[in-house]
Amino acid sequence: MINKNFILYAAILVFGITAPFIFPAFKVQLSILCVLIVLALTWNIQGGEMGYNTFGNILFYGLGMYLCASVQVGMFFPLAEWTESGGEKTFVHTPVQFFQGMAVGLVVAAVVPTIVAGLIGYSILGLRGHYFAICTLGLGVAAGEISGGIEIIGAGQGFTTPPFPDVGGLEARGEFFYFLSFLAVVLTFIAVKSIYATRFKLILNAIRDNEDKAEAMGIQTMKYKIIGWMISAFFCGLAGGIMGGLVGYIDSTDVAFDGREMGVFMVLMAILGGKGTLWGPVIGATVFHIFKEGFWTFFLGWQYVALGVLIVVIVIYFPEGIMGWLREKYPERFGEVVDEADRKAQVELK
Amino acid sequence: MDFMVFQYPMISVQACLDGILLGILFALIAYGMALQWGVMNIINIAQGDLVILGGYIAYFMYLYGIHPAWGVIVAPIIMYFIGVGLYKLVINKVVDRDLFISILATFGISILFMQLMNFAFGADVVLANSGYGTTFLFDSAVVLPNSKIFSAFISILFAICLVIYMKKSKLGRAIRATAQNARAAKILGVDTEKVYAATFGINAALCGVAGALISITFTIHPYMGLPYTIRSFMIVIVAGLGNLPGVALSGMGLGVFEEFADYILGTEFRIGAVFLLLVLILVYRRFKLSRKREYLK
Repeated sequence: MINKNFILYAAILVFGITAPFIFPAFKVQLSILCVLIVLALTWNIQGGEMGYNTFGNILFYGLGMYLCASVQVGMFFPLAEWTESGGEKTFVHTPVQFFQGMAVGLVVAAVVPTIVAGLIGYSILGLRGHYFAICTLGLGVAAGEISGGIEIIGAGQGFTTPPFPDVGGLEARGEFFYFLSFLAVVLTFIAVKSIYATRFKLILNAIRDNEDKAEAMGIQTMKYKIIGWMISAFFCGLAGGIMGGLVGYIDSTDVAFDGREMGVFMVLMAILGGKGTLWGPVIGATVFHIFKEGFWTFFLGWQYVALGVLIVVIVIYFPEGIMGWLREKYPERFGEVVDEADRKAQVELK
Repeated sequence: MDFMVFQYPMISVQACLDGILLGILFALIAYGMALQWGVMNIINIAQGDLVILGGYIAYFMYLYGIHPAWGVIVAPIIMYFIGVGLYKLVINKVVDRDLFISILATFGISILFMQLMNFAFGADVVLANSGYGTTFLFDSAVVLPNSKIFSAFISILFAICLVIYMKKSKLGRAIRATAQNARAAKILGVDTEKVYAATFGINAALCGVAGALISITFTIHPYMGLPYTIRSFMIVIVAGLGNLPGVALSGMGLGVFEEFADYILGTEFRIGAVFLLLVLILVYRRFKLSRKREYLK
């Protein structure tokens, strides 16, 4: 079994590294897919394992995006003048400055949202169920509206992130961002997988199944909930930072705190793949991205209609997701022992 | 930020009056929210989009030369059937399930409605001009458009009618019985499926009235729905389910808060202030309840 898994991981790793050279035209799409997988995986820690369905992870994503770009600019040039000049570039990053800024920016983009999550965690995570969902929805929208009014990060007119320096042209840009986001996926996946092998995951599941009982068993649920949220926030911020550089332009409500798109996508991808599984979000994100790109290309203008219908259909008819469906179909593969006679009896009953 | 509002007391009076008239409208939407939440146990994120749709019905009547005030009668009738249709298509599948499912499903409906309205009516900010003129109070220091007074009056009228209807009519009694205990109501011969459909229809009709009034008084835009949902949600959790005077009072309070936020922080932060207030209220309630080791249910 270990051998089989090893081959699977090696195959995915090899595919991931060679993908931009096999499909050179899809580099940007593959990078976006990587970011989406990171977001789905982090949402799953919250919504799937912990049972706290959040719409608010977009807060950390947008925060990371703004922070990464601001640090990248602010390290070398005055930030206010940069945003004021808008599209016309008065300052140009040298390659060394760009990469230095990106590195520091990504660290800040990951760390600050983690701290923010820790700070607000105690008050927000005390809410339960749908109050938590609506509260986090409000947080995300409020962040978007407020950041749209702050002058130094571009307010309503948006924030142009530093353009990629002149080394190797468009090809190099695509490869740089692809490998950056692929690295983020690998890191996130390893982190999530190792978390899921520990007692911590069991505690999260206990919180999901019955929080009061978990507390009665002597688990300090609040502590673990906050830690879970901080882990989510860390990788969300990282993904946001990468996405900001990839898109090249940050708008408060359309790119960064985009609750209507990214905020719902995270939830949808995790549910489509299967909540509370390791591979579910990865599969869900991949299927969703392929579907979305197809729709966005062929039904331009109708994409939100399709998205709305898709949400309703997935939520109502397919709440277990792809992994849940597979589990029902092939329980043996998931290590569940099924009595053959019992199964036959069930089939006959149907 | 400017603090004009504290230097000139008349501006405060203006903001209070504006806020109260606005808040009565919010309370009407919140009443629909409380109704469906109490009866069907669902939270409808598409509430605001139903409001906007009602507004567009009135706006269309205005475009075709009919006075938009008639929208107050036409919009709820159309919206009732839209509500019932929506219930039969989607909502009946989420009634007995987890609340998060209903939130997500109605979020999908909200996105769908937003985009369909954007296609059908365009992305412009529109308003139906009622031509009611304005009233000047206190030597012209306070200006109140008559349409706002009209809309508050109509809202109160509809709310009173609905309360009487819920108390006296057979359907109203069935709705209240289902809200108390759906199973017992079923045993006693209430067709709960029909009651649910009617509840959702009434909610949509209330949204239609509110939307028609908003199109006369303020402006409507396809993407403006979500703030109305959040406002009504906020009003309901502050007032509690089934507390009608509370809904009216907290609606007015919210209206006044918004007007003051508008003057003090600036219009660009108005929606942000509403959403932040929601977060603050929820957090406040969480700490208040946790002292008694309880949580919001």
